[in-house]
Amino acid sequence: MGVFTLPALAQDRSISGKVVGDDGSPLPGVNVLLKGSTNGTVTDAEGSFVLSVPSSGGTLVVSFIGYVTQEVEVGPRSTVQIQLQADVKQLSEVVVVGYGSQLKQDLTGNIARIKGDELTNLPIPSFDQAIQGRAAGVFVEAGNGKLGQGIKVRVRGSSSVSADNQPLYVIDGIPVTQQSQSSTSAATNPLVDINPGDIESIEVLKDASASAIYGSRAANGVVLITTKRGRSGKTAFNVGYMTGFSEPTNKRGFLNTQEYVELFTEANGGLTTGLINRFNRYGAAPATHPAGTPHESWNVPGAPGYVDTNWEDLAFNKDAGINQFDLSANGGTDKTKFFVSGSYSKQKGILVANELERISGRINLDHRANDKLTLGINFSVTNTVNKRLSDDNAFSTPMQIVALSPMTPVIDPRTNLPSGALDLVSGAPNTNFPLYYNPLLDIDFAERTTTVWRNFGGAYAAYNFTDALSVRTEFGYDLLAQNEDNYFGRETARNQQTPNGAGFIASALVFNYTSTTFLRFQKTINESHNLEVIGGVSYQQSNDKYNNASAQQFPSNSFTKITSAASIVSATGQESGFSFMSYFGRANYKFNNKYLLGVSLRADGSSRFGSENRYGVFPAVSAGWILTEESFMSGLGVFEFLKLRASYGTTGNAEIGNFASIGQFGAVPYAGLAGQRPTTLANPELRWERTTQTNVGLDFGFFNNRLTGEFDYYIKNTDDLLINVNLPGTSGYRVQTRNIGSLENRGFEIVINSENLVGALKWSTSFNFARNRNKIINLDGQVIQGSFLSQAREGEPIGIFFGPKYLGVDPANGDALYEIINPDGSKTSTNDYNLATQQKIGDPNPDFIAGLTNNFSFKGIDLSILFQGVFGNQIYNGGGKFMSANGDFFDNQTRDQLRRWRNPGDVTDVPQARLFAGNGVGESSRYMSNGGYLRLRTITLGYSLPAAIISKAKINRARVYVSALNLLTFTDYNGWDPEVNSDTFAGNNVNQGIDFYSAPQPKTITFGINIGF
Amino acid sequence: MKRKILSTLVLVSLFLSCDDRLDITPFNTIDSQNAIRTSADVEALLTGAYATLGDGDLYGGNILRDSELLGDDGEIFWGGTFVAPGEIWDKAMLITNDQARETWLESYRTIDIANTVLANLPLVTDDRRSRVEGEARFIRGTIYFELVRTYARTWTDGDPSVNPGVPLKLEPTNLANATTPLTRSSVAQVYSQVIDDLQTAENLLPSKNAYFATTYTASAMLSRVFLMQNNYTEALAKANRVISVGASTGSYSLVPAFGDVFARNATRLANRGSNTNATSEDIFAIQVTEQAGVNNMNTFFDANGRGDIDVESFHLSLYEAADVRRAFFIISGGLRYTRKFTNRFGNVTIIRLAEMYLTRAECNQRLTSSVGDTPLNDINRIRNRAGLANAVSVDLDEILLERRRELAFEGHQLHDLKRTQRSVGALPFDSPNLIFPIPQRETILNPNLTQNEGYQ
Repeated sequence: MGVFTLPALAQDRSISGKVVGDDGSPLPGVNVLLKGSTNGTVTDAEGSFVLSVPSSGGTLVVSFIGYVTQEVEVGPRSTVQIQLQADVKQLSEVVVVGYGSQLKQDLTGNIARIKGDELTNLPIPSFDQAIQGRAAGVFVEAGNGKLGQGIKVRVRGSSSVSADNQPLYVIDGIPVTQQSQSSTSAATNPLVDINPGDIESIEVLKDASASAIYGSRAANGVVLITTKRGRSGKTAFNVGYMTGFSEPTNKRGFLNTQEYVELFTEANGGLTTGLINRFNRYGAAPATHPAGTPHESWNVPGAPGYVDTNWEDLAFNKDAGINQFDLSANGGTDKTKFFVSGSYSKQKGILVANELERISGRINLDHRANDKLTLGINFSVTNTVNKRLSDDNAFSTPMQIVALSPMTPVIDPRTNLPSGALDLVSGAPNTNFPLYYNPLLDIDFAERTTTVWRNFGGAYAAYNFTDALSVRTEFGYDLLAQNEDNYFGRETARNQQTPNGAGFIASALVFNYTSTTFLRFQKTINESHNLEVIGGVSYQQSNDKYNNASAQQFPSNSFTKITSAASIVSATGQESGFSFMSYFGRANYKFNNKYLLGVSLRADGSSRFGSENRYGVFPAVSAGWILTEESFMSGLGVFEFLKLRASYGTTGNAEIGNFASIGQFGAVPYAGLAGQRPTTLANPELRWERTTQTNVGLDFGFFNNRLTGEFDYYIKNTDDLLINVNLPGTSGYRVQTRNIGSLENRGFEIVINSENLVGALKWSTSFNFARNRNKIINLDGQVIQGSFLSQAREGEPIGIFFGPKYLGVDPANGDALYEIINPDGSKTSTNDYNLATQQKIGDPNPDFIAGLTNNFSFKGIDLSILFQGVFGNQIYNGGGKFMSANGDFFDNQTRDQLRRWRNPGDVTDVPQARLFAGNGVGESSRYMSNGGYLRLRTITLGYSLPAAIISKAKINRARVYVSALNLLTFTDYNGWDPEVNSDTFAGNNVNQGIDFYSAPQPKTITFGINIGF
Repeated sequence: MKRKILSTLVLVSLFLSCDDRLDITPFNTIDSQNAIRTSADVEALLTGAYATLGDGDLYGGNILRDSELLGDDGEIFWGGTFVAPGEIWDKAMLITNDQARETWLESYRTIDIANTVLANLPLVTDDRRSRVEGEARFIRGTIYFELVRTYARTWTDGDPSVNPGVPLKLEPTNLANATTPLTRSSVAQVYSQVIDDLQTAENLLPSKNAYFATTYTASAMLSRVFLMQNNYTEALAKANRVISVGASTGSYSLVPAFGDVFARNATRLANRGSNTNATSEDIFAIQVTEQAGVNNMNTFFDANGRGDIDVESFHLSLYEAADVRRAFFIISGGLRYTRKFTNRFGNVTIIRLAEMYLTRAECNQRLTSSVGDTPLNDINRIRNRAGLANAVSVDLDEILLERRRELAFEGHQLHDLKRTQRSVGALPFDSPNLIFPIPQRETILNPNLTQNEGYQ
């Protein structure tokens, strides 16, 4: 290629200017570009700029996020004053869609968009939690307050009973590894490895027209994550620092020693010798203390040895909080643009010893090689170290500490060690003191560290054959390497059931790559026909390897790696994988900016599908009508914008297990010999679960689009649900997995956005509301039993609570009463739990969910308030029979047990205290309560320092803020926190709204600063 | 131009069919289509059949346990929290009883594996084929025997050629026949299949076969089958074969001290392959190691297991004062537990030589013969080992009592009572309550399955 120079321009001259906002305040960081050139600059802290222009003046293109881009004719002027108008016309937003982007006003489907800046500076481990309350119809739930645990996200309800219900996450075009790699039943969240600060936007594709292009994996919705990319212009640096502290949203409160002794003495029918000895044991009475004589640790309030331990307080971390440091830079030339970022955060959980530390870096590069060819890469590396805790159902999990007796001292005075660490007689850890294994021993003597190295990488090339036709090919991978390293010192023997230490290691390696190529054709004909067509092919393959080993018998606590163990107890090496071969296409047609039509089609083939159903085809059609473009509407002058849209299409759920269609033989050992035997019967017809969704919607804008909104109604019918169909036992097999069940979700969503005030004082409101009704239609006649009283049964929403209805206490004798529904429909009560009628007693699915955001700004001050709520659902406390059991066993009891029945005639809902008698402790509606809540999810007050001050330090932007997460929670729930689903049970879709010693959510106050220069 | 060619190539290569890339097969398990191709594959499957036979719900212990629970009248106490064994002990089983379901399912699973072995015999090398067939036949015949005496009326109750037994399935399951609704064959048909399988096994199996079934294992099982049919002549012949021929070519002998039959560690006599957990008295035992297998007799009967079954003092009244078996108990937490199953990783003994002596004695007594030896001598062998002096004479009741003392809690109780038509407490031997229900799961799936009397 020869050297050539730009044609010599007429002599350049320099102009200066200033850019201000609509309130007259200077705007720093605004891009100012000479139109038709690469010559540009960025305004300084006072909104000023200097730029050389041709002598003729030329045209400036002035752009800034959140403002309407303006073109300014310079003319002969040497100074220009430019006022930018805030962009309130949200309908003109560009929205990312599958394999492309679209103007929001041209959408015919339903897509919720969350901007990246809403996600930053929040003290949460993963971005998915930040969606909570910000997108209509997207239900987000952190099951407990542990860090880095799986987060439940449901887009328009649960569409499966046995397959995964999480949406598909696609980051920069790559479906990422989103399945937990945890070795315990408590899931971890692989999305923790993504720095929320790198995210430009999140789009949630909800209806079929938006999501069907992701075919067999779109039935639960698709979440598209787009990371930030460079912008040409002066390099802009952003530095952020945030620090804060956390505490639990709620404490439950348990009996003190005096109340405990009183309740259990009553439950025992008096202070017998046996009971005295038991209290003495829990109270750490010395061996010399005479048996049968009450010890002062529990019997003499105020005595020097009297003990009244608030164990619940000890489950929580005194210095919980977060420190986070972010640094990013973006800039570049017209040819090459870059975004680089680095982030470090360390979060100490509200539970003792729970930590999450993440360090991450990213480079996104785009290069325009010539007019036709653009290349780019994305590359990010993250290291996440999660100090985890045992599952909610383990004696060793911090929250189970509440079961310990309050007269038990934290430090055993006989040993000066934590209670339970040492039995003076045996020299080994205690096995009958305290009441249960003391979880604090795990904090001191055990470690559960999960370390993840995560690397996302990708490259793309785009080539424009002509203005109308282009091709884009991209390759991306997601490499996840995880190591779990657990060690349990000898003090944990009572819990580990092994005397001299135990160790467990596991490594998981998941490599997942996608290669995609698609053609795009776009043409506007006669200014009235807009056509966009894409068509492409994509291949994805994922392979995971998992190894673990567990060992026992360590020389001492100083040896913590299993290489030091005398006995290797078990080891495993496993592998799995899947692949998808996909062909996809989409066409969007717009006529006169009025009539919109979209069709899309995807054909997915997968290794997961049976040989007779290798490919599934997923079509969708949609249409829109922008009424305000019609003359009869524009004359009305009521609506600024009004669009009707409708879509219909089919999507699938392919999370059906990697090999469910294949008949398999597994290895089985016998007496040291390796044998084999059949494990599953083939089903060559096995395929995806299929969801057909109809969506009708209305988008509207009033008052110069200061009031905009969306209304959507949808029906999602899912059939071909995977059900393990029972086979006659004489076949030698129990079940065959077949596509046989069906269910339905239907509901509506409302989104309202309003710019209430747009002057110097700005006030905007965003409100979303969604109602979804889930109903199981067909389960092949089966009832799928979850944990406790959770069930999936035909005709009911998934996960209803089904069991005896508790009727309170018989005032005459203190017996717990349950309902009997007689064959004639009449209702009676019984004190015999086994005679109670099993019935539907509650539903963990909310009636509706909502979010309300209010943003205020005045001069440099900004205030953002997000309320989020979940309403009309129930929660089942699986731990109720232990912690609220009116003294049935020696677990410390919740304070409400003090109102137990005591005398004939007492009217109460807590039965008479009866030790070992099981009075009212059967699973029943007694342990269920309403779980709806309204929460002040985030409130942030920020102040941007005036340009006059910061410009002296050559800073463009400086903002300090204080923010609170989960500051207030309004709920009827009587447990710790209504946002709950125990990690032990959440792996089963049927188990929802189960509390089992689940930690409450954190309430976090943070202080932060962001500086741009 | 070059670029266009290049991009076209990229596109074309990607659009090319990649169907073979969709063929990802399981890693941790294998595709059943590739599972059985060689002789070694079939032998591995046979090993899998033993493993399944040793499942906790079958010979891993529960079959034996349930005979003791259902046949108990005041000798043991069920104090556990599991509902299913509690119902069995109460003789009040529901059609939803978990154990009735699990025993059924695991039994037919074992049968299907045995059927698959038998269907693939042509793959087995010539020198091993008859042994492999013999073992598979032994396993299938044994399981059908357990099924028919658990889920159907006993042989001597009514007409076995009319009474419904259990469905006979003799072919491997495939996609085409998996849901075929089988009907219950008659009790006589099932017994006939059992005897055919076991006799074939007896003919095919070698006299020594590590810890797997031998020709004597098959004979011993046949002696049980014939005894269930009150066919004393055949039962006698089979028991006598094990004792007299087995003693020389099978190296079976009574362990000198009673306690050593169940010893936890020491005195394990390694006469069956390499397994040091076996004794010279074992004719068949499910092998349990720390790595594999389960001993549910330990789980339920031992104080260090779940300790769900303790022994009532009434049981002690069966013994003479000097009997070492009377003292073969341990008190833990105020409750009495048998010491027969103290080893969590000990083998589950299914048949031991003492049973053969007791069977021979009983048959000789009933037939007034003395094949092998006199009933008195056989009984005295058992008595002497238990620390008792010789009896001067024996009668049938004494022989049956001796059988109970020697084999207590080893899974004989219910069947010994039924075949001798003795009652269990207030329930006569033919009471429907002493028969497992056909699992409700099965009657729902297969309308051809008739439910047992008392459960309809």
